[in-house]
Amino acid sequence: MCNRDAALREIASLQDAAARDTPLGRLDPRAKILTVLGFAVVVVSFDRYAVTALLPLALFPLGLAAAGCIPLGVILRKVLIASPFALMVGLFNPWFDTQSVALAGGLHIGAGWLSLASIVIRFVLTVSATLLLVAGTGVVPLCHGLRALGVPPALTQQLLLLQRYTLVLTGEATRMQLAHALRGGALRGLPLAQWASLLGHLLLRALQRAQRVHQAMLSRGFAGALPVANSYGWHSCDTLFLLGCSAFFVLVRGVHLPQALGAVLLRVAA
Amino acid sequence: MHMADALFSPAVGATFWAASAVTLVAASRRLQSDQREDLVPLMGVLAAFVFTAQMINFTIPGTGSSGHIGGGLLLSILLGPHAAFIAIASVLTVQALFFADGGLLALGANMFNMGVCTCFVAYPLIYRPLMRHAGAKPSRQRVAWITTLATVLGLQLGALGVVVQTQLSGISSLPLGGFLLLMQPIHLAIGLVEGVATAALIVFVREARPDLFARDALPAQAAPQVRVPARWLAGFAALAVLTGGVMSWFASSHPDGLEWSIARVTGQANVADGGSRVHALLASLQAETALLPDYALPSASEPSRSEPEQPAWPTVEAGTSLAGIVGGVVTFALVLLVGLVVRRRQRLTLHVQP
Repeated sequence: MCNRDAALREIASLQDAAARDTPLGRLDPRAKILTVLGFAVVVVSFDRYAVTALLPLALFPLGLAAAGCIPLGVILRKVLIASPFALMVGLFNPWFDTQSVALAGGLHIGAGWLSLASIVIRFVLTVSATLLLVAGTGVVPLCHGLRALGVPPALTQQLLLLQRYTLVLTGEATRMQLAHALRGGALRGLPLAQWASLLGHLLLRALQRAQRVHQAMLSRGFAGALPVANSYGWHSCDTLFLLGCSAFFVLVRGVHLPQALGAVLLRVAA
Repeated sequence: MHMADALFSPAVGATFWAASAVTLVAASRRLQSDQREDLVPLMGVLAAFVFTAQMINFTIPGTGSSGHIGGGLLLSILLGPHAAFIAIASVLTVQALFFADGGLLALGANMFNMGVCTCFVAYPLIYRPLMRHAGAKPSRQRVAWITTLATVLGLQLGALGVVVQTQLSGISSLPLGGFLLLMQPIHLAIGLVEGVATAALIVFVREARPDLFARDALPAQAAPQVRVPARWLAGFAALAVLTGGVMSWFASSHPDGLEWSIARVTGQANVADGGSRVHALLASLQAETALLPDYALPSASEPSRSEPEQPAWPTVEAGTSLAGIVGGVVTFALVLLVGLVVRRRQRLTLHVQP
């Protein structure tokens, strides 16, 4: 129950962030989607042992958070509790990849530890960029952007309806489960028979609701496609954002910035 | 078992994106020609139902742990495979965007593992033939067995997909056999639990709304045939596999796959800021690092970009030289600093405009 409430609060917090008028929010959704996608491709294109070379890329999510006035704490918390599958798979690397790599100063480290560190950094970078994309855009503009980029309207319509009815059905499920608990049932972890009955009724209600929704949509002139208000246009600042970020990604990908920085510092120190 | 961006190589991610995108386009074409008018709201509400159902856990008898349903087979049964695939794709997209399950690049693979495997393999090849075989009035037990079997097999395929994608990407060092032995039995257990739960739900709804299941007993597809010709699909699939194969071959023989292809396309090693001063400065710095044996260990000096033969681990060497470590630590500190500044500024702005 509490994880459902937490999930709802999280959706709400991201929606709230997107509703504010910020420099990031004013950009065309297409520009943001393309940039974040390019970011993900650049992040995963690094060599599997790349650790320090990835670090400058963290400036991109930080920049998004700054431009969107999105609280970093919310994003970081969500990254930490996000699916630990990647980390679990990554944790096996130090065991299976035991080839040792020479570090400076005669130290040695297992290559698996380097690739584990790389996986962790990749995970944080890609996940936080995706969350910031949503928090800085909002669902409706995001769906419009996806539609404009050629995603089939069947899917974008689904996304709009899904985010609308998730809140409705989750609320209904919460009330049903609460009613069940008040009559002496378990609050979480129902026995299978009760679970099937509860969810079966919820499913029946959902089917009836779908019929009512369809009637309502028909009476409002629905003819196969949801209208999406188009209040966006591609401006020069969108081009600038896309090109600027891409140039930064290519620079980080092509030049090992931390290495160059370290060389400068060592020369100064010498 | 969402795949994550962090475990992907670009070639594998792109290949599975292509496969899922083609399926998505084909399914939505098919949907447009469908006769059912109420399908759009029905899909939306049922996708929301799956989303909600995944948040309500039931206890697994005898273990004390709990489980939830995946929903792919349930939606296929209620909506048909094409609408179900789109609904599952929307659920996965929302999970990727709002709950950080997977990521944008991994979304294609997740749609493949959890959508294609259940909607286009387990449902039409296992559930439907068996149900048709069972006749017009199958018994409860029979429905339950068939549903469980289809769920288990669909999930096994999905788990296999995760293993194959992880192996092809080569970011994880898990050996193939070990990973398979880890994933398949775990997902057999999960599949059994999910299957029993899905079966319980299907049996319940079958009794309450038998009209929804009329199509199970139909001898053949009543809907008009596929608009996207099968040979188009086959062509796209072949193209996707070819692209993936060629790209991953480059990626494995040249560890710096992206750079290599950029070099080929543009005829020079680095495209960005081709002749700008910043680039020249950085490039000269890089050259100097390699010329300063006091600072970089000889074995650890970074090979210059144009060197024809690369050592086995180019970036490990690049990242572990003294300059690389010092620079890495300083970069990390700088990134942290920027983060703190951003946070501070946000606190201030939040105070100003509550």
